[in-house]
Amino acid sequence: MSLSSKHLLGLHGVPKEDIQTILDTATTFREVLERPIKKVPTLQGKTVVNLFYESSTRTRISFELAQKRLSADTVNFSKAGSSTSKGETFKDTVKNIEAMKIDMIVVRHSSAGVPHYLTKITNANIINAGDGRHEHPTQALLDMYSIREKTGRLEGLKVCIIGDIAHSRVALSNIFGLQTMGAKVSVCGPATMIPKGIGNLGVKVYHDIDKAIAEHDVLNVLRIQLERAAGSSIPSLREYHNYFGITSERIEKNNKDVLILHPGPINRGVELSSDVADGPYQVILDQVTNGVAIRMAVLYLLGTMN
Amino acid sequence: MKILLKNINAIDPVTGLNETVNILIEDGIITNVESSGNMLQADKVFDFTGKYVSPGFYDMHVHFREPGREDEETVITGSNSAAAGGFTGVACMPNTEPAIDSAEVVNLIKEKAKNHLVDVDPISAVTQGRKGEVLAPMAELSESGAVAFSDDGVAVKTAAILRKALEYSHMYNKPVIEHCEDETLAGGSMNEGITSTLLGLPPVPSVAEDLTIMRDILMLEYLGAGSLHIAHISTKNGVELVRQAKKKGLKVTAEATPHHFTLTEENLKTFDTNYKMNPPLRTKEDVEAIIEGLKDGTIDVIASDHAPHSPEEKDMEFTLAPNGIIGLETELGLAITELVHKGHLTLTQLVEKFAVNPRKILNLPVPKIQAGEKANLTIFDTEEVWTVDVSKFKSKSKNSPFDKRLLTGKPVAVINNGKMFYQDRFIEI
Amino acid sequence: MKIKAQLIDEAGLNRTITRLAHEILERNKGSENIVLIGMRTRGEFIAKRIHEKIKEIDKSEPPLGVLDVTLYRDDFRTRLKQPEVSVTNITFDINEKDIILIDDVLFSGRTARAALDALMDLGRPNTIQLCVLIDRGHREMPIRPDFVGKNIPTSINEEIKVKMKEIDGEDAVYLIDISED
Repeated sequence: MSLSSKHLLGLHGVPKEDIQTILDTATTFREVLERPIKKVPTLQGKTVVNLFYESSTRTRISFELAQKRLSADTVNFSKAGSSTSKGETFKDTVKNIEAMKIDMIVVRHSSAGVPHYLTKITNANIINAGDGRHEHPTQALLDMYSIREKTGRLEGLKVCIIGDIAHSRVALSNIFGLQTMGAKVSVCGPATMIPKGIGNLGVKVYHDIDKAIAEHDVLNVLRIQLERAAGSSIPSLREYHNYFGITSERIEKNNKDVLILHPGPINRGVELSSDVADGPYQVILDQVTNGVAIRMAVLYLLGTMN
Repeated sequence: MKILLKNINAIDPVTGLNETVNILIEDGIITNVESSGNMLQADKVFDFTGKYVSPGFYDMHVHFREPGREDEETVITGSNSAAAGGFTGVACMPNTEPAIDSAEVVNLIKEKAKNHLVDVDPISAVTQGRKGEVLAPMAELSESGAVAFSDDGVAVKTAAILRKALEYSHMYNKPVIEHCEDETLAGGSMNEGITSTLLGLPPVPSVAEDLTIMRDILMLEYLGAGSLHIAHISTKNGVELVRQAKKKGLKVTAEATPHHFTLTEENLKTFDTNYKMNPPLRTKEDVEAIIEGLKDGTIDVIASDHAPHSPEEKDMEFTLAPNGIIGLETELGLAITELVHKGHLTLTQLVEKFAVNPRKILNLPVPKIQAGEKANLTIFDTEEVWTVDVSKFKSKSKNSPFDKRLLTGKPVAVINNGKMFYQDRFIEI
Repeated sequence: MKIKAQLIDEAGLNRTITRLAHEILERNKGSENIVLIGMRTRGEFIAKRIHEKIKEIDKSEPPLGVLDVTLYRDDFRTRLKQPEVSVTNITFDINEKDIILIDDVLFSGRTARAALDALMDLGRPNTIQLCVLIDRGHREMPIRPDFVGKNIPTSINEEIKVKMKEIDGEDAVYLIDISED
């Protein structure tokens, strides 16, 4: 039942048994979240640092709640931007925090590979809460959990990830995790948002949103980074919505059984129309709840490992 | 003082010497080269049986960080590193603080290097402050001793400035050395491809290098004058572009670094910043093309792009860490291991790329193993197996991805300017 | 590890469960306010059996739930193997109820302690009564069972193994020797 690694750096190369264990363990915590007292004493005496070098209120709150519900002591260190070239280095900051006797670090950073780097400079358990455009494993795990909860399976399921795949850590973690669990993964988006060589991963590429909706059981719709995408990867948000946005008409025309996921926050009228965002096909708020359970499961499995 | 190098295999591509000889050096001048067997008298005799001697090696692409970042490397520590790596001469790049773009800075560097075994020849910036706007005073710089012009770190910013640089530098018979990278495609942390996708690192496409190589070659062809040297070539297409240009008879040359013929982008999977360089490590296919280019002479020179960085700058988040690695002390070992022992290059070709071609490109005299010539020699062993240990490096910086690597072949000694570096110390001869 | 003796057989287990059901009903004056909560893993099946018996005897069906106490254990830092967590399944309100907490073997009392904490997080019951199939002694906590199937004083080198048809294929209780020789 133990995981094979003391860190969760990403889902690339994580064995199926480990993913299974995390998803199953999350079921336990999902039940805890329904209780009047949503707290268990399991991680009493453990100290977790949330090291956020990139602002992300949701992910941080989700992790923080997960930690508190497991009775861990938590502290937050937030530093927006990459001002490490001046003043204290990242390594010194981490060494200082570690010297305060902490057990686990949850890290979010704009530079890919920072969680891996942390494993070399500290002894704490490291959980990746998103590194650059690399991985965001707990997001992919909660996506898989939500899919499994709704459809009852992952094996053989056809999942399409839609949006700016090239700049998305959510896409990459989903591809790795879903493929390991036996799902068939595709991506859909404008060619400028599809990273080079993605086909080598056994991922089919779609540029036709109607076809993508029609041919998949699940659509995981990514958030378009408004400030970054418009004008660089796509001509305009309006054009994106017209050609790649998910609307009720498109769903009703192509596939009424489709399940829609979105990691949030949603840009209404860009990647999802409002009626889809609030409509019957999506499980967006379930994802948020499941996110706490998944993070509790990961914290529990790593935090109680000997 | 008279010293005798005994029983040594001499390789001099210029004179055609290729046999086992005894070399007598008196006060820094070669006074006798004779077939081994005879016994010349000397104050000090070095038995170099089984070792090789060649004209002193020259690395035409190093960064010595002086002036500006003397905490990372100085002219002296860099020169010591060069001597330990088997080099008797280097050309240092102008991306210092301030940049080498005036006679004052050229003189400062030459002054610092004055009494050293290793000859240090400054390369000047193409444009003032390496800003890509106004030409540096090339005439004055040439006169004060700059051997070439380069805005290394970036390519010459615009085609218009490149044109002027090639025309102007041609008057003084100095090459323009180009770091080929299209600015609008640059800025990534590694080569674009499946590996960058897997690692989620911002990529820079190989075509960014190819486009600038193509621009520069076309400009050279159009002008019909000037000489162009492509620094640290790293792409398959780039090698082919140079090959075709040479066929047309254009005055273009190229260099490759040991890391670009040894490592691939796969090495980045550990997120170790010692694999972060610019141009980035490419694919296996590119490595094979570089080796092919070295074999057929498309690539004239092996150079290190020795780029020292302080530990606090390199030991950090991958995308924020600076590009570059040190290379002077692993260069020869890697070249012998990867190119000679694997049958890609003969020792004569190796000596051409290390000793002869760089000096020809920079219009510097090529040392000869001949009586009456100044002794400017590199002595090396092709068979010694050793483990790289960065902590023993002479360089002030330790940012090498080759630490702990097993290599076959290493420098034994260098002789130049009346000095010898042997067994880890400098000796007056 | 070897079996020293069979303490209870299938018929014996059935008799013990019947008696426990009667005692629970008697002490609580019927089944009106009681809820049965079995502790994973074998306590769950004993609870189900007692539930069946109560149905037979009293024609009533008190609520039945399952409790997993893994998250409340006190031995995370000392165990070599990471314990497996399962889901607690208690779908009814336990406030003001008389909880019959059911387990197979009572030993140190630490699991019962964890169960008490877990139940407190679920609500405020009227009473919690502990029902165990076997009490083997060696208590490390001030815990006392309310209903005992059988008291079996054991040595520390012995272990009680309860087997149940639902997962073990037979109904039996064995005394096992775990001393190394």
